[in-house]
Amino acid sequence: MSGVHVSTTVNGDDAEFVCHPGESLLDVLRDRLGLTGAKEGCGTGDCGACSVTLDGQLVCSCLVLGAEAEGRKITTVEGLADGDKLHPLQQQFIDKAALQCGICTPGFLVAAKALLDENPSPTEEEIRFALAGNLCRCTGYDKIVRAVDAAAKDVKKQKARVKAKRK
Amino acid sequence: MRYEAPTTTKEAVSLIAKAKGKSFVLAGGTDLLVKLKSGAVEPDLIVDIKRIEATQSIKKTANGFRIGAAVPGVAMGKSSALKKSWPGVVEAANLIGSDQIQGRCTIVGNLCNASPAADSVPALVAAGAKAVVVGPKGRRTVAVEKIPTGPGKTSLAKGEIIEAITLPKRPAKTGDAYLRFIPRSEMDIAVVSAGVCLTLNGKGKVTKARVVLGAVAPTVVVVPEAAAAIIGTSLDDEALAAMAHACEKACKPIDDMRGTIEFRTDVAGVLARRAAGIAYQRAGGK
Ligand SMILES: Cc1cc2nc3c(=O)[nH]c(=O)nc-3n(C[C@H](O)[C@H](O)[C@H](O)COP(=O)(O)OP(=O)(O)OC[C@H]3O[C@@H](n4cnc5c(N)ncnc54)[C@H](O)[C@@H]3O)c2cc1C
Ligand code: FES
Ligand code: FES
Repeated sequence: MSGVHVSTTVNGDDAEFVCHPGESLLDVLRDRLGLTGAKEGCGTGDCGACSVTLDGQLVCSCLVLGAEAEGRKITTVEGLADGDKLHPLQQQFIDKAALQCGICTPGFLVAAKALLDENPSPTEEEIRFALAGNLCRCTGYDKIVRAVDAAAKDVKKQKARVKAKRK
Repeated sequence: MRYEAPTTTKEAVSLIAKAKGKSFVLAGGTDLLVKLKSGAVEPDLIVDIKRIEATQSIKKTANGFRIGAAVPGVAMGKSSALKKSWPGVVEAANLIGSDQIQGRCTIVGNLCNASPAADSVPALVAAGAKAVVVGPKGRRTVAVEKIPTGPGKTSLAKGEIIEAITLPKRPAKTGDAYLRFIPRSEMDIAVVSAGVCLTLNGKGKVTKARVVLGAVAPTVVVVPEAAAAIIGTSLDDEALAAMAHACEKACKPIDDMRGTIEFRTDVAGVLARRAAGIAYQRAGGK
């Protein structure tokens, strides 16, 4: 089996790897690039634990080939925090106890970030529909939905502060 | 196994035509990569069509719309022109999977995967969509309902790929709608589905109709008898009952854990009625 050589961008940094033609992006991220944030829950697109963005689009990395990443931009949960400062979503997941075992958490965070980028003020229903592709077997969805709702408000406050400073 | 990502349709066709063993086109991969993982398919060659320019965009043309074969569901939902003309088609495409799946899944993949329960197919057929097929012998345009021939089987010859789906310009006073039954509100496979497209005259009477059922036979089913039952009417109860009856008669469903034959047959008529009601309103009927 011949390897595919891929040059891509992961969380803003250039990355290069050689992978098997049938290898998933999830396996590449975890096993070749050492980014173990994205998790494999099902490997079939059902659970969302492997969620990343590809050119800004939310996808299941278990249903993307590593070879497809050539020249694209990938963001994983590792790219969410700003240095040591957690993203409001991460902070609210902690504050609101929106995780137990944590397997589903990276996927929820990436999917919720994609939601807030598109829709900064989602309703509860919109949050629930947007996260329908993410399964959690232990926390239950209420705490997760509340954490996302609170984080949306934090992100808006943050943006307003930045805007006020610029003036 | 080899992975190729050509930049022209011609190159993609010739790669597949020349390849020995099994070749698969890769669009969004939400069916193909699941099968690859489970070992249900063992490709020798995967040809990714997402770098081909002709597959990438939704274009408004003189004759209607041209939706490239690599356009994901999410992009269809963001096209306000497409949504305005063919809301039923866009709603059906947007029902496929979660946001993650929407970022990848295509209507062409939905069609070529040839599942009897494929959500976008009944809506496409109702709207009169056509597939632009490119193969070693050139191009042809074929009605979408001619592509799937049975579960997992299509009429495409070796080396043939679909470059785009075309939708006609929406005729005046025309509306379309698609509904499916699933036991949950998201993330499930249609147990039964119905797509309807209607055209009305100035008096609100149906002059043209297409009634199409999904998940009740090995392929999508066009039901001309159901259309005939509502043509010339303003969708009064009697006409709707006759249409529902024609739908029930056209069903040849399977019995499985997700629905019995009796349930699927009954619900097919109910969904067709409701979809016809929505299509009628969208066509400007009251
Ligand atoms: C979690 C999950 C939920 C899902 N939910 C739904 C749902 O609600 N409703 C539904 O209908 N489906 C659903 N699906 C199935 C799947 O997402 C759809 O069928 C989707 O539209 C497939 O499109 P794709 O572009 O990903 O296809 P791919 O996987 O890329 O391709 C599917 C098949 O079509 C062939 N093909 C693709 N493009 C072409 C082309 N241009 N020319 C010739 N052949 C081609 C491929 O070789 C392959 O055999 C779901 C799947 C998952 C994983
Ligand atoms: S591991 Fe990808 S969706 Fe479950
Ligand atoms: S916290 Fe365990 S699966 Fe969600």
